[in-house]
Amino acid sequence: MESANPSDINQGKAVVLAGDYLNKLTGDLIERECRKRIDEGCRQLVVDFSRTEIVNSVGISILLGVIDTAANAGATVVFSEVNEHTAELFDMLGVSRHALVNPN
Amino acid sequence: MSESKHKLIHTFGALAELGNEVANKSSFQETIKTSLHLVLGSLGIMRGGVARYSRFNHEFNMVAIRGLGEDFPLSLSLCYEDERQFLANGLEPMEIEQAKVLPFFQVYDKSFERAKLALMVPLVIRDETVGAVFLVQKATGEPYSSYDREIICAMGRHIGVAVAQRNLLAELERRADENRKLYDEMRTTYADTVKAFAAAIDRKDKYTEGHSVRVGKYCEIIAAELGWHVEEVEGAAVAGYLHDVGKLTVERRIINAPYRINAKESAELNKHPGVGYEILMPIHHPYTDVPLAAKYHHERLDGRGYPDGLYDREIPYIAKVVNLADSFDAMTTDRPYKRRRPAGEVFEDLQRNSGKQFAPEIVSALFRGMLQEVSGEVADKKFRRLLGREYMEAENIGSILQGALSGAPTITPINLMSTDN
Repeated sequence: MESANPSDINQGKAVVLAGDYLNKLTGDLIERECRKRIDEGCRQLVVDFSRTEIVNSVGISILLGVIDTAANAGATVVFSEVNEHTAELFDMLGVSRHALVNPN
Repeated sequence: MSESKHKLIHTFGALAELGNEVANKSSFQETIKTSLHLVLGSLGIMRGGVARYSRFNHEFNMVAIRGLGEDFPLSLSLCYEDERQFLANGLEPMEIEQAKVLPFFQVYDKSFERAKLALMVPLVIRDETVGAVFLVQKATGEPYSSYDREIICAMGRHIGVAVAQRNLLAELERRADENRKLYDEMRTTYADTVKAFAAAIDRKDKYTEGHSVRVGKYCEIIAAELGWHVEEVEGAAVAGYLHDVGKLTVERRIINAPYRINAKESAELNKHPGVGYEILMPIHHPYTDVPLAAKYHHERLDGRGYPDGLYDREIPYIAKVVNLADSFDAMTTDRPYKRRRPAGEVFEDLQRNSGKQFAPEIVSALFRGMLQEVSGEVADKKFRRLLGREYMEAENIGSILQGALSGAPTITPINLMSTDN
């Protein structure tokens, strides 16, 4: 996971870049980063999946947690640059019902 | 790829990961935290928690929790009826709506409602409730299907096994701790008994009062100086304390004779090593060589000792240690027919008899221990307490010891006292 470029944090919008494999190791870091952005006042959180090939069950749970945290803070979540396989998974598990999913 | 196939692959991936997680050596907290992630992520469940059941306190204690709200109780008390129902239910997920009749649900009804719980899965492993999984609705908003329930049940079994393993480990640790305490108490009792015996032996001989205790302490010093393991050092001390236990059967008038005893009396006295062995042998000592030390502490390397006239390598090593400690104490304390000898003379005697009566490296160990104290290398004044300040401050004692040690064997034998534990 790479932290967002400061230029991407403006007007209450933050971008967090997910790594190539969203699992237990990287998931905790992403969740912490997202919570930090929301605590800082971000109202639209964009998680960039352009480099992400696989999201496993731990990854799904973490993303649902991010959505929950954002919803409680009145923020919205966008999953951008999501590959076809992951987008299908998000649809199947209901993730896309709670966050905007933008395929790549 | 069809949705059902995609779902199947995703779910099986989660099950495989869960199996790995439970089998690997992560911390319990970490395992449960990841397990919860895997349950939530496999079926797209927004929030949930895993609790461990304490059968002592009759309560569920939350181990991992995600999104259930800050006011969700971290400990949930159960009553007998709850426990009975959970056991009867097994691992089958229970709908919260249907389970509301249970006392447990009635107590925590408000908390469960606020958290929007949908399912609760009692973790029942080998007819024992070990924990529970709490789940809210799926992110899709759809009700849990029978397929979902089967997956949850399978995952619950994995988590239950992890919790049961943890409980077993905690129980083993508790028992091990209990055993350790019992063992320590037994050791203390044993040590106290040995000291009481030593005092009883010493009481019989008014001229050599404190001899067994001193020999025990010299043995301890020598064994430590020889680099023995801490338990072997303890064993050496015990061997010293008990080496003269056989004297309990020797007539007091022979032991206390204020003259050189005659041959007949000497023969009677010389039976004490064998008698000591017979007394000590039936006792289960933590250190197996204690009876041998009593039996052979009057043997000499040159074969001129008693009772069996053994030679060097035939003599148990611990008996050689006791032999030196015993002789050293005899030389450095007043006897009915002889005053104690000055330090220089004692050292000279020990050196002269090194290789004949005494093992050279054991003599060196005793000298090293004394020299360290004389030169101030060690703060603990053990020799001063045993021999008296005046004796230890005799002129040139340090240089005599240094001289005796130059050219002395430096071999440090190890592992020469066998222990039972």
